[in-house]
Amino acid sequence: MIEVQKLTKKFGSTVSLDEVSINFNRNDSIALMGANGAGKTTLIRSILGYYHPNTGSVLVNGLNPIKERQEVLKHIAFVPQLPPPIKLSIDELIKYIEVSANVKRETIVEYAHEMKLDIKSNINKSFFKLSGGMKQKLLISIALSQESNIVIFDEPTANLDPKARDDFYRLLEGKQKEKVLLFVTHRLEEVKDLVNREVYMDLGKVVSDETI
Amino acid sequence: MKRFNLTNLKLIALLDLKESIRAKWFLVYSLVFGGLIALFFIAGVTESQVMGFSGLSRLLLMYIQITIIILPIFILITTVRSISGDRDSHVLEYMLSFPISLKEYYWGKVIGRFITVYLPVIFAMLIAIVYGTFKGAEIPWEIFFLYTGLLFALSSAFLGIAFFISSFVKSSEVALGIAFFVWIFLLAFIDIALISLMMQQRFNEELIIGIALMNPMEIFRVAAISLFDPELTVMGPVAFYILDTFSQTVFVLISIVYPILVGLLFAFFGFKIFVKKDLV
Repeated sequence: MIEVQKLTKKFGSTVSLDEVSINFNRNDSIALMGANGAGKTTLIRSILGYYHPNTGSVLVNGLNPIKERQEVLKHIAFVPQLPPPIKLSIDELIKYIEVSANVKRETIVEYAHEMKLDIKSNINKSFFKLSGGMKQKLLISIALSQESNIVIFDEPTANLDPKARDDFYRLLEGKQKEKVLLFVTHRLEEVKDLVNREVYMDLGKVVSDETI
Repeated sequence: MKRFNLTNLKLIALLDLKESIRAKWFLVYSLVFGGLIALFFIAGVTESQVMGFSGLSRLLLMYIQITIIILPIFILITTVRSISGDRDSHVLEYMLSFPISLKEYYWGKVIGRFITVYLPVIFAMLIAIVYGTFKGAEIPWEIFFLYTGLLFALSSAFLGIAFFISSFVKSSEVALGIAFFVWIFLLAFIDIALISLMMQQRFNEELIIGIALMNPMEIFRVAAISLFDPELTVMGPVAFYILDTFSQTVFVLISIVYPILVGLLFAFFGFKIFVKKDLV
C-alpha cells in the first residue's frame, strides 16, 4: 500500500530523512518510534504529500501523493499530534469534511458518541475553544469515520485521559483488517496489543523493523 | 489539467468568509470604514465646500483619499497571514490532509478573502448614498460607480500581492514585515519620491510617469480625482501630467483593468509557489 524508496528529505543542511526505504502493507499495524528529530513526522508528512523529496520516492497505492494528492488522500485518514487551532465552528469543520472527504455527518456523531463527546451541544462552538481532550476526541472520531485504508495517528492519545484512551483503543480493535494503521508513539506499551510491527527510526534512518 | 470542483471551491470560500467575519480584525476593519463615513456626516463635510467640491461628491472624494492609504495596508496585513498563519499554526497540515485539491483550497481562500475585504468598503459608500438620499442631497452616481470599480480594482491588486507574499513566506511575522515594506514603498512612490526625482531632473518625464503608472495606488488616486477639473494645485504634478497625457476615459479604463491584472498575476504566481513548495 505504501512504498517508500530511498527517500531523502533535507531542510537546509539538516538531513531529516536519509535514504529511507520501507513498505507498509495491508494488515500492517505499525508502531513508529524514535527520539525527537528521528524523522517520524517527516516520513508521515511525505506520505501525506506535504514534502517534495530531495531524492527517492513515495507511492501510496501506486500513486504519487504530490501529483495525485486527491486520489491518494481519499484513502488516508490522519490524526495530528496536537489539535491545530482551527477557527471554524464544529458544524463548519464537519461540513468541510462531509464535502471534501465524502463522510456522513451521522457517522462522525456516532463515533464521537462512542468517544463520550457530545457534538450536538457544542455544534456552534469554535473548534479551538474546545478543551484539548475534546478536540482530540473529535479528530479521532473524524479519522475513524473516514473508513480509510490507511490511518495515521501521530501521538493520538497525548491529550486524552485514561478513560478516553481506553475508548479509543476499544474502537480500534478489529479495525486493522485489510488496512494499514500507523501509530507514531513514544509509549509502545499503549499500542502493544494493537500493533504487529515495530519500526524504530533514528537520525533520519530506519534502524530497526520487526514483525511481532 | 484538472477542473475546479466548484462545490469544494465554494465551500472553502464560504468557510473563509465565515471565519473572517467572526474575527476581531474584521470588526475593526468594518468599523473604520463605516466610522469614516459617519464621521464625515457628523463633521458636516457634505454641507461645506472646498476647491469646488461639495455635498456627497466631496464626502466620497475624502473617503477615497483616506481609503487609498488605509485600504492597502488593511488588506495586506489581514491577508498575508492567511496561508502563512495557517502554516505556522499547523491548521494547513490538518485541513490539507483531506482530499481537496490545492487549486480549490488556494483559490477558494482568495475568493473568500476578497469578499471579506471588499464588502465593508463598498457597504460604507452605500451607507453614504442612502443617508445622502435621506437628507435630500444630489447623488453623484458617476463618482459612485467609478469608485466602486476603483475599489474593486485596488482590493484585487493588494489581495493578489498579499497572497503572493503569503505563499512563499514560512512565518507570518516575516509576512507582516514584507507587507509593511510593500505598502510604505508604494505609498512613497505616489508622489513624494517621484516629485523629488522630478525636481532633481535626473530622469525624464516619461520615465517618471511610467513609474507612477506601474503603481496601483497612484493609478487609483489619479483616477479617483479624474472626474474633476485637472488642476495642478489639487492633484499634484505627477497626476496632472498623467491626466494631461491620457484621455480621461482611457485612463479610467486602465485604472480599473491594470490593478485587477496585477492582482490576478500576483495571485497566480503565489499559487505556483504554493504548489511547488513544501506545504508545511
